Amino acid sequence: MANDILVFGEVRGGGIKKITKELIGAARRVSAAAGGAIDTALIGAGARAAAESLTGYGLRKIIVAEDEVLARYSTEAYAAVLSDIVKRGAYSYIFLGATAMGRDLGPRVTAKADGVMFSDCVDVRMEGTRCVARRPVYSGRAYIEIVRSGDRPNYISIRPNNVAPAEPSGGGTPIETHASNVTRDAIRAIVTEIFPLEGGRPDLTEADVIVTGGRAMKDKANFKILEDLADLLGAAVGASRAAVDAGFAPVAIQVGQTGKIVNPKLYIACGISGAIQHLAGMRTSKVIVAINKDPNAPIFERATYGIVGDLFEVVPLLTEELRKVL
Amino acid sequence: MKILALLKRVPDTEAKILINQEGTGIKDEGIKYVINTYDEYAVEEGLRLKEKMGAASTVTVVCVGPEEATELIRTALAMGADDAVHVCDKALERPDPFVIAAVMAKAIKAEGFDIIFCGKQAIDDDMGQVQSILAEMLDIPQVNVATAFEIAADAKRATVRRRVEGGDEKVETSLPAIISCEKGLNDPRYASLPGIMKAKKKEIRKKTLADLGFSESPGEARSTILRWLPPAKSSGCTMVKAEEMRDAAKELVRLLREEAKVV
Repeated sequence: MANDILVFGEVRGGGIKKITKELIGAARRVSAAAGGAIDTALIGAGARAAAESLTGYGLRKIIVAEDEVLARYSTEAYAAVLSDIVKRGAYSYIFLGATAMGRDLGPRVTAKADGVMFSDCVDVRMEGTRCVARRPVYSGRAYIEIVRSGDRPNYISIRPNNVAPAEPSGGGTPIETHASNVTRDAIRAIVTEIFPLEGGRPDLTEADVIVTGGRAMKDKANFKILEDLADLLGAAVGASRAAVDAGFAPVAIQVGQTGKIVNPKLYIACGISGAIQHLAGMRTSKVIVAINKDPNAPIFERATYGIVGDLFEVVPLLTEELRKVL
Repeated sequence: MKILALLKRVPDTEAKILINQEGTGIKDEGIKYVINTYDEYAVEEGLRLKEKMGAASTVTVVCVGPEEATELIRTALAMGADDAVHVCDKALERPDPFVIAAVMAKAIKAEGFDIIFCGKQAIDDDMGQVQSILAEMLDIPQVNVATAFEIAADAKRATVRRRVEGGDEKVETSLPAIISCEKGLNDPRYASLPGIMKAKKKEIRKKTLADLGFSESPGEARSTILRWLPPAKSSGCTMVKAEEMRDAAKELVRLLREEAKVV
């Protein structure tokens, strides 16, 4: 069986989502060791325009499907199209983003196409003739390395911000149109409206920088000082479970085992003690800054840089000093 | 209305997870097991729907898990669920999403249902696959990561809000469907004392694979775990200190720019 890889790319607002190039980066690494071609599938409104931006990335072909019925994501329509593409191309591996879409779509397509899926992987590589995926379990308190048994199509979803995105390598790539035969009647669950998150900041799971507040924030209004710092850095704002449970922040921005799992380049934890369940959501951040009054707070054991001090004093000073140099 | 809530037994979120000596899994000693956090939202949402739909509605808990899961099923019954199906079989020790989904599909078909609630993922293996595989096996729609749920007046459709990057989607689905629950959907109730007393008399229907009609194994595991690894150790924290807090902030900015190169 050829080790051909299909990358399921994501399109948003006519542009290609960052995760797509990260998936191509991972696919290139695997195919360099295993042989086999890499194709990319793009589904939805703007797929063709987005495909144009991927033609110089060493892909064998880009498959686009942008029928009217696929304009907006729906599990059933996308699963039907993707499983068709997978069956037709006899792919050995299918890489998806561990995103809202990938998490919803992956297992459904896997079931449709009699495959096997590894969710939320942080690394993927060839070991001999086997493709090994590394993934966290128990919210990152342990990791497993896992391989498929037999040769079913292997779906692997990879977390954003974990693999270096592919760089253009020149050359061109043909774009193929996939005509789907999905009809509107086949979609039983359909998105009728989208409510954007307030504030216009980047999403926690995609942000390069995150500023998070804990119980020590004392009040909802005090998040303003974190927002000032975040705006300066183009960062997302998060909160610990303690802060959410105390009503200081909405559950949508909770970071931790029962909130968002994040992996930014820079994570600034303000007044967060570092409970196990919080660390589980952010421990893989590249650089962690901890600001806390308590020198014994467990967050300092995971942090790269720490300041012992009152966040209400330290954070505004940090914002001021950063503003001078940025 | 027949409402199902799926339940899994998992280690507590504060449990210390250590890899066993053989490197084949985690140490079981000292771990407290609980109902999977997200499944609590599923049970609660089931109960709220039942309260809304009236006396003819029931909530049935469905659990695939070891003998010890019984006490957690009792907890869900004490919250107010009516009865439970507990599939318990030695052959199910190695969890595989396809095997679990195949077993659940059989149990659920035998039970009948109008709607299924479950957690968006279990907080042990964090795969988040069973509900979507199950939806495909049962040929019903799925709505994952629900943060709000409302049933239509005719009880044949529902409107669900689902969390995605950068916002929420409003999804209209026909029923029956599987709805997987996210934190924020509701505030799960505690079991009351009368609830705990009543739960003791509620029926838990124990099933083996043979009872469900599997003449052979419900399928082999589709993957092999090669190894277990501990999380990477932190390389140690540089404490930034100065007489004046402003100087500490200034030094931190310098480190972030020059050493870590992240701003």
